[in-house]
Amino acid sequence: MLSLGLVFVCAVSFLLGRYFAPPASVAEEISRLALGDAAGDPKLATALFNIRFPRIVVVTLVGMALSVAGASYQGMFKNPLVSPDLLGASAGASFGACLALLLNLGNEFIQIFAFVAGLAAVGLVMLLNRVVRGDALLGLILGGILVGTLFTSGTSIIKLVADADDKLPAITFWLMGSFAGVTLNDVLPLFVPMAIGFVLVLTQRWNLNAMSFGEDEARALGVNTKAVRALVILGATLLTASSIAVAGVIGWIGLVVPHLTRALVGPNYRILLPTTMLTGAIFLLIVDNFARLLYSVEIPIGLLTSILGVPFFIFIYRKNLRGWS
Amino acid sequence: MNNPNGAARIHGEVLPNPEAAATNHEAAASGCRRVAAPPLLSVNNLRTGYHRTEVVKGISFTAERGDFVCVIGANGCGKTTALKGMLGILPLFGGSVDVGGREFLSAGGHTATAKEFARTFAYIPQIHGLPFPFLVSDVVLLGRTPHLRSSVSSPSDADKAAAYMALKTLGIESIAGSEYTALSGGQQQLVLIARALAQEPRILIMDEPTASLDFGNQQLVLDRMLDLGREGMAVIMVTHDPAHVLHCANKVIVMDGGSVLREGTPEETITAEILERIYGARAAVTTARLDDGSEVRTVVPLSRRHTGAPPS
Repeated sequence: MLSLGLVFVCAVSFLLGRYFAPPASVAEEISRLALGDAAGDPKLATALFNIRFPRIVVVTLVGMALSVAGASYQGMFKNPLVSPDLLGASAGASFGACLALLLNLGNEFIQIFAFVAGLAAVGLVMLLNRVVRGDALLGLILGGILVGTLFTSGTSIIKLVADADDKLPAITFWLMGSFAGVTLNDVLPLFVPMAIGFVLVLTQRWNLNAMSFGEDEARALGVNTKAVRALVILGATLLTASSIAVAGVIGWIGLVVPHLTRALVGPNYRILLPTTMLTGAIFLLIVDNFARLLYSVEIPIGLLTSILGVPFFIFIYRKNLRGWS
Repeated sequence: MNNPNGAARIHGEVLPNPEAAATNHEAAASGCRRVAAPPLLSVNNLRTGYHRTEVVKGISFTAERGDFVCVIGANGCGKTTALKGMLGILPLFGGSVDVGGREFLSAGGHTATAKEFARTFAYIPQIHGLPFPFLVSDVVLLGRTPHLRSSVSSPSDADKAAAYMALKTLGIESIAGSEYTALSGGQQQLVLIARALAQEPRILIMDEPTASLDFGNQQLVLDRMLDLGREGMAVIMVTHDPAHVLHCANKVIVMDGGSVLREGTPEETITAEILERIYGARAAVTTARLDDGSEVRTVVPLSRRHTGAPPS
């Protein structure tokens, strides 16, 4: 049912836009494209296939990625308040993107810098965790806080030295998150790390159930906890870093959508992870439509996810479906 | 205690478990004729601890099918550490753990895979909080993890049937659809035992399973564990209650300061002298005569009132 919901929301998002067109002419343009005919209305065709289509694809992927990453971390760290940026992925990616903006590099470099710096931040956390012995989970969380702080300071330094007229607004805007500049060229490079990330995390979904009971118990149940942890962290980091690289920092999705989904289908990761992909995509598509249409200037989606997320979250918990105990 | 039926039931459980004794006897007898079969579980001079601090300084014991081994000792004597060492959760500094004559664990690390381990040993932890409201059926199904085809597989219908059987064995199949987090402590502990049964292990290991349970639930859990011992599993239970040892065990390991102080039958090990030595507490180990004429051994804690010692 949720898959149908996703298809419906995609279709509606396709129809909505600043360049309004009735569904009939949209359908006509699609059939013309499918048949290889020239576009009936070139402006509409551009809006549909070069602007709306890639944007919808990217929003869907990012919504899926962030909610899957968040859900898997919540189970692995046995903590419902954990989000995908726990291990410093977003702090690192933000720093990378800001650095690229400061150096006046092109759009593709912003994405590459963000992606690499996000991976580097999490890598640093893993390295710290190897050096400091003790409780592995606690070490990771502390490492995430340390590295996150380090990269956030780096971002602040960049903001400090950035040109206040030109680069600082660009940096600030990027940090708030947006899908505004997404083009067809962004879609393909996103697919590879995302596909690897989804496969890594989704194949561990049964083991994530065991991990929710804690390290010792999972091991006593025959789970190779070290391997599961490494695979899930790698997968979630690929998902988070590539999301941030293309869309900037979008908070809230990775924290709230998994809870929403848990309220709908329960905590079993076998069902939770696939479902949270759908709910994450639907939620982000809806919010992105608001971001595009609510105001004559596009609103950064990072702001909207939280503004719309809070009442939505309260509504769901008021309904008191199956949530936390 | 005034209820004769209740008394008879208690009496029945205090006696050493007859099937288990028979099994051991047969094993011993056949051992005389042929080569002695290696014990089901053999813990050999196990040394383990945290980081570089050795907490358990060499303990050894064996357990056969049907044995109910209780490990007793004061807080901090290394009981739980020893269990975690046996389960491979903590690294061994020395010694080994053998199952049926095959080495499973040594100071070099695991010599059996995590799956083999979990199909042989099931660990029943103390009840604990869980961050998410898993269904009882899902919790028990997790016990099937070591039987899954690969590390990326999910349980099959056969696994679901096995999990249901485990719930049924404990008589709690009616709560399969409940949320684990909404259950009472006693029920949660039974669910964790069911999860262990779903692993189809040969050895059950428990760490103070009755610690946070009320009187009735303690008895319920211990009775179920005794049943499982009779069905041919070896049960190893860490406890700090000498009364539970007298209630369940046929073999006792008394730990003190990280090593074995005494090993033997409950009668040999649960004595006033040993209890005073490990706990620094005065107690009388005595025999209570029940209304039906049968006798049970029990432990009575003594306060200053009884002993007439001056206040310290």
